[in-house]
Amino acid sequence: MNKKQKKMLVRIIIAAILMIALHFAYAFLGEDSVAEDGTVIREALVREPVWFFLYMIPYLVVGYDILKKAIKGILNRQVFDENFLMVVATIGAIAVALVEQNGDYTEAIAVMLFYQIGELFQSYAVGKSRRNISALMDIRPDYANIEKDGELEKVDPDEVPIDSIIVVKPGEKIPIDGIVVEGRTTLNTSALTGESVPRETDCGDEVISGCINMTGVIKVRTTKEFGESTVSKILDLVENSSSHKSHSEDFISKFARYYTPAVCGSALALAILPPLFLLITGGDPAFGTWVYRALTFLVISCPCALVISIPLTFFAGIGGAGNAGILVKGSNYLEALSRTRIVAFDKTGTMTKGVFEVNGIHHSGIDNAKLLEYAAHAECFSSHPIAKSIIRTYQEGVVWKTNEATGEAVPVPCEDKKMHRGEHRIMKERVTSVEEIGGNGVSAMVDGHRILVGNNKLMKAEGIEAMECRYVGTVVHVAVDGEYSGHILISDVIKPTAKEAVKGLHKAGVRRTVMLTGDAKSVADSVAADLGIDEVRSELLPADKVSAVEELLESKKEKEMLAFVGDGINDAPVLSRADIGIAMGALGSDAAIEAADIVLMDDDPAKIAKAIRISRRCMRIVYENIYFAIGIKLLCLGLGAVGIANMWMAIFADVGVMVLAVINAIRALFVKKV
Amino acid sequence: MKKSYKIEVDCANCANKMEEAAKKTAGVKDCVVNFMALKMNVEFEEGADPKAVMEDVLKNCKKVEDDCEIYL
Repeated sequence: MNKKQKKMLVRIIIAAILMIALHFAYAFLGEDSVAEDGTVIREALVREPVWFFLYMIPYLVVGYDILKKAIKGILNRQVFDENFLMVVATIGAIAVALVEQNGDYTEAIAVMLFYQIGELFQSYAVGKSRRNISALMDIRPDYANIEKDGELEKVDPDEVPIDSIIVVKPGEKIPIDGIVVEGRTTLNTSALTGESVPRETDCGDEVISGCINMTGVIKVRTTKEFGESTVSKILDLVENSSSHKSHSEDFISKFARYYTPAVCGSALALAILPPLFLLITGGDPAFGTWVYRALTFLVISCPCALVISIPLTFFAGIGGAGNAGILVKGSNYLEALSRTRIVAFDKTGTMTKGVFEVNGIHHSGIDNAKLLEYAAHAECFSSHPIAKSIIRTYQEGVVWKTNEATGEAVPVPCEDKKMHRGEHRIMKERVTSVEEIGGNGVSAMVDGHRILVGNNKLMKAEGIEAMECRYVGTVVHVAVDGEYSGHILISDVIKPTAKEAVKGLHKAGVRRTVMLTGDAKSVADSVAADLGIDEVRSELLPADKVSAVEELLESKKEKEMLAFVGDGINDAPVLSRADIGIAMGALGSDAAIEAADIVLMDDDPAKIAKAIRISRRCMRIVYENIYFAIGIKLLCLGLGAVGIANMWMAIFADVGVMVLAVINAIRALFVKKV
Repeated sequence: MKKSYKIEVDCANCANKMEEAAKKTAGVKDCVVNFMALKMNVEFEEGADPKAVMEDVLKNCKKVEDDCEIYL
């Protein structure tokens, strides 16, 4: 609690004690005690208007600031706000008590008291969740260590120029993006990606600001200024996120604008019309009763529950999503995301890893590992991406599992790829007389065997009969000593979570998934079939992707939203054309952070569905609060109008609804299990 | 030109009032008050001097909600 809140709490307690004391004092001293037959035994010791002044003390203690604000509001011609409502209602109640001479001022004070308790709770809850959320996004580095004359000096990250060497010790945050030049360590990226898997980092690797260094001391050569670093971009995005207001928020502020005057009007009508009607028809006008009911009306009508809980829900929802590695640029996008029915993806880099990997060794006449070893050695002087992927696979010591019936071997998924590092080293001295054969492949002597590695054309030229591959991808044939020894299949690898991701999307209510890719039809079709994607548009140029998205936009129904997911590298126009642009794996890609509305910090496609689920939940809470608050208010207004609800009930309806709505709103913050 | 300021205000409705007041100030093209982040993003009109304009904004905000603060 801050100072203001503590002061408020003290005021509330003092006023409450005074009020209760006065209430009992009145019972003993303020009323005549009357015997059963109606004779007065003892006259009241203290009479009006002393009670009035005594009761005014707690009233002013708890409500003087509200009075002041209401008067200010009237002077500034901003009449209809909650302060005004409270002041009119409580002064009205005091006036009724004065007129009827029943000394029942407690009600007015209690209304003010509970109103203030509600305000205090609200400010406490908002402050608390504000702190919670900023703690979640606490990735701002406070300093950078710069080595000077052999000693470390802490400087403001803002003052570190590009190409400086900074030192990051274990437990510290990496302040600026850069490249490791010395040392190796494990990084905790959870603050950025929401993933708790630590990332191994070695010399020469790029590191991203905001990660926490866990194990070793590293020296980093900075490649960007602090202001351009990932961490600054993300902070900027998060801090400005709720500036884009959603329709629901707009609706609520508009609603409050008309609602309060409307209720004041009907309260006035309630105070005047029924007694007037009764007067005309010759009944008892009972002005006091109707004025009291009108005042009850005013107390119930206060729109605080809505005004506070809706923005709070969005704020909590965006904060929670951020904690899961999903950055949402505004509550309007969160709202739009919840209505997503069509999702279009890019293929490479989104559903697939975008790097070429050895995906199978087929029809190998010799041991699979041996075949790979020969191929890797023969290719070891080449810098072609395909050669590189063969070499990398060999070095990783992948284990192969052969399907005996087809003669096809697939790599066994292996968690720790670094386990075998070092066991399978390329020894260039084993390789002699390497010869590149015109873009078709390589011929080399490895361990005294003549190894041919290349495509169909190479095999044909050498008079070796190659087997066709029935899979999609790049096929590299290998021949040992002039004899065909099988082929290596290299293809882009589907991300392990991609299938789950598509399933999750359908489950989350997406009715149509479309893949847009520049790749060949055969590749695209096979990936789509694998993943269970509904539609494929293949062989698209970047401009075609935009028109494909436009076509989809035209075909959708009015309230549906279309999301496009891409890795952001060359999708910027498509990202901005779609209703919602989602960029993934965007750590370090400035263009993507800028163009997209929602940024997934890691490259896990399953996060798309998670983002939709989070938005759905957030919107559900928003609507719960809207219906709940308006529903209870209307109910109480009805009860108040016919005289069933008194002012006590009214203030509980107002403050109670607000407290419940705020607690409900904070639920949006917890997204772990969504 | 856009600038962002830290603010101090107690309730969501008061933040809305501040936003309205700031929008009406001469030299302010648009203004968004973010109650949750306690930030005020002001877009100034071309040629306006942010410093002078912000002083007026603060004055106008104080008028509608005296319990508020803008850290200039």
